[in-house]
Amino acid sequence: MWVAAHSARSGAPGLYARGVPSPSRPPELFPGVQLHVVSGKGGTGKSTVSAALALALASRGKTVLLCEVEGRQGVAQLFDVPPLPYEERLLVRPQAGSGEVYALAIDPESALLEYLDMYYRLGRAGKALDRFGVIEFATTIAPGVRDVLLTGKVYEAANRNSRNKGARTYDAIVLDAPPTGRIAQFLNVNDELAGLAKVGPIKSQADTVTTLLRSERTVIHLVTVLEEMPVQETADGIEELRGTGLPVGAVVVNQVRPRDLDHDDRAALLAGSVDRSRLGSVLTGAGVEVTDELLAGLLDEGVQHAERRDLEDGQRALVRDLGVPVVELTRLASGVGGQDLGGLYELAEQLCTQGLA
Amino acid sequence: MSAAPRARRARARVGPLVATHDPARVLDVDALLDDRSRSIIVCCGSGGVGKTTTSAALALRAAERGRKVVVLTIDPARRLAQSMGIEALDNTPRPVPDIDATAGGSLDAMMLDMKRTFDEVVQSQASPEKAAQILANPFYVAVSSSFAGTQEYMAMEKLGQLDAEARRTGAHDLIVVDTPPSRSALDFLDAPERLSSFLDGKFMRLLLAPARGPARLMTAGFGMVTNAVTKIIGAQVLQDMKAFVAAFDTLFGGFRARAQRTFELLQDRRTAFVVVAAPEPDALREAAYFVERLRSEDMPLAGLVVNRASSAPADGLTAHAALAAVERLRPAGRDDSEEHDLAAGLLRLHADRLTLVERERTLTARFATSHPDVPTAVLPALSTDVHDLDGLRRIGDLLGAQPAARRDAPRG
Repeated sequence: MWVAAHSARSGAPGLYARGVPSPSRPPELFPGVQLHVVSGKGGTGKSTVSAALALALASRGKTVLLCEVEGRQGVAQLFDVPPLPYEERLLVRPQAGSGEVYALAIDPESALLEYLDMYYRLGRAGKALDRFGVIEFATTIAPGVRDVLLTGKVYEAANRNSRNKGARTYDAIVLDAPPTGRIAQFLNVNDELAGLAKVGPIKSQADTVTTLLRSERTVIHLVTVLEEMPVQETADGIEELRGTGLPVGAVVVNQVRPRDLDHDDRAALLAGSVDRSRLGSVLTGAGVEVTDELLAGLLDEGVQHAERRDLEDGQRALVRDLGVPVVELTRLASGVGGQDLGGLYELAEQLCTQGLA
Repeated sequence: MSAAPRARRARARVGPLVATHDPARVLDVDALLDDRSRSIIVCCGSGGVGKTTTSAALALRAAERGRKVVVLTIDPARRLAQSMGIEALDNTPRPVPDIDATAGGSLDAMMLDMKRTFDEVVQSQASPEKAAQILANPFYVAVSSSFAGTQEYMAMEKLGQLDAEARRTGAHDLIVVDTPPSRSALDFLDAPERLSSFLDGKFMRLLLAPARGPARLMTAGFGMVTNAVTKIIGAQVLQDMKAFVAAFDTLFGGFRARAQRTFELLQDRRTAFVVVAAPEPDALREAAYFVERLRSEDMPLAGLVVNRASSAPADGLTAHAALAAVERLRPAGRDDSEEHDLAAGLLRLHADRLTLVERERTLTARFATSHPDVPTAVLPALSTDVHDLDGLRRIGDLLGAQPAARRDAPRG
């Protein structure tokens, strides 16, 4: 039924768009990394970037797992497939070559039941736990436990052991993580539990997860757009992550405006010194029916664009000063994901050519 | 599986069934702000859509139109907080300097301190020694500072307090509330319910049972559960929890009653919800869920604000025609190649802008088709960031200057 209802998306050759420059492809920025955690301020597109990163990594021939943990079904929406269950499902396979993307939506309830089953063989007691409201309690209320369960499942996928027989092993895992405001708390499961559980299995589970998260196998990328608040939040996030010993990866600047006007043109627009009549005659020469309204409209758009670009450049300078690699993705006017996956492949290509995968 | 993810427990959709072709309704912001029978405006929406800025702009505009306003913000950007004079997180409304008070209004602002609000609730409900006992319990400390719904719940608690205060003293006649940046816009409606069901839940009863409960609970099932819980979280956590529950027990009733009152306040006609979104699929999907949820809970919805919409001049040059013109631009003479670059750049920008505008319009129009009776205000994206009162005023002006009928919403 699964196969009939939902066959995996099949990607462009080599998974990403237009003329894959494999010989000129730069070396990976984070070659030894297995777990890529992607965070960012709400609305900056961290789910889109996570998906594009998973595709880009797969285009290197890797078997990739794309995880989401917030119950939003963002992956399903981006790839236009039915809602994902708590099960690793093939999401995209290449038209040619190797490398696949699997997807998993992790919810704490299922993760807890699986964990109990794997480690305690609870059977009937598991059901009793549910009946007494313990599962709900542990996953929604007990502070920190929810996060340990979510990151614990990611850990399990990254370190398959004999308890999970026949499970697939992954070369890379991309975690679409909670937003920047919560990321340090989310990943810093140990501290979160410290005030509560000082011993016991939950505590040792948290310890093991922390070891992976702080190791060289993990990086945390932060997605931002070139606006004041998101950039500020990114700077704060990096500081917080570093403060807790978590490895910061790259800053992914998303939705960068097109750069169709050079510096001189933008300066002229801002200064109001554009020669209208010459511009008008050039446009007329190109077959445009030029009116005063049209000229004014185009110039107005140009001025607004120049203002935005100035702001962007200011924010870009701040991003460059953060001391981490920066990767930029262009804004695609027609949107990303849904029925048209072209935009996602294009972003994946941009990540590849900038070395994030 | 019985333990399905909570966040998206299936809910029926609510809609007109077939599309109507009436013009999209426009949200009359000034009428909303001037309506003295409305004393609470709640701004909600998914993260990153500009809720905080929108609520601050609404509050400022209402104040400058003569209302006595207090705005409760959750996590404002630093510079915005500074310009509103609320850098200090002290849980008390402070007057915002430099507003235009000629119409007789005033504006106070405050930032929510979630832990402090929770502490105050405990202190108001329990005897001093019991309160001290609860506040020192490690489990309480964890719940009050990091439980996933605490911020939402405390925002609603603070709203209840501000409302009671306003009615008592008359210092304010309008409360504008920003809601926490939840993963989903719906979280904050469920939070009071979730917290009170936790505090009153089966598991909590179970924890208390050995101390005083009926013997029938001491069954094999209970032993199994306690053993499993001890195995998983450890005996010490269980002890802390038991101590917390024992101390909290007498407060349960009070908490449930408060949650119930908050819910009723949100249903009251004195309240108006403003749903905030950006013209993006995710944000509009959340907004749709929220609108439908408000309907099914019988909560008063004022309308939708779509922030940061792209706009393009109505100059009749289509994206297609603009790109075709770029193709025809071939530098004829050397001396005007600069104008060629500029012309090509402007035409490409224009095409890009039109594509964006078209996509956003389609998204917004689809929302309008599914929710034809939701009045909507569309705000153009500003080319500069907002971090002072002038910026908020500009947004307020744009909110107040919505066209009487929306001409840009394609129908059908």
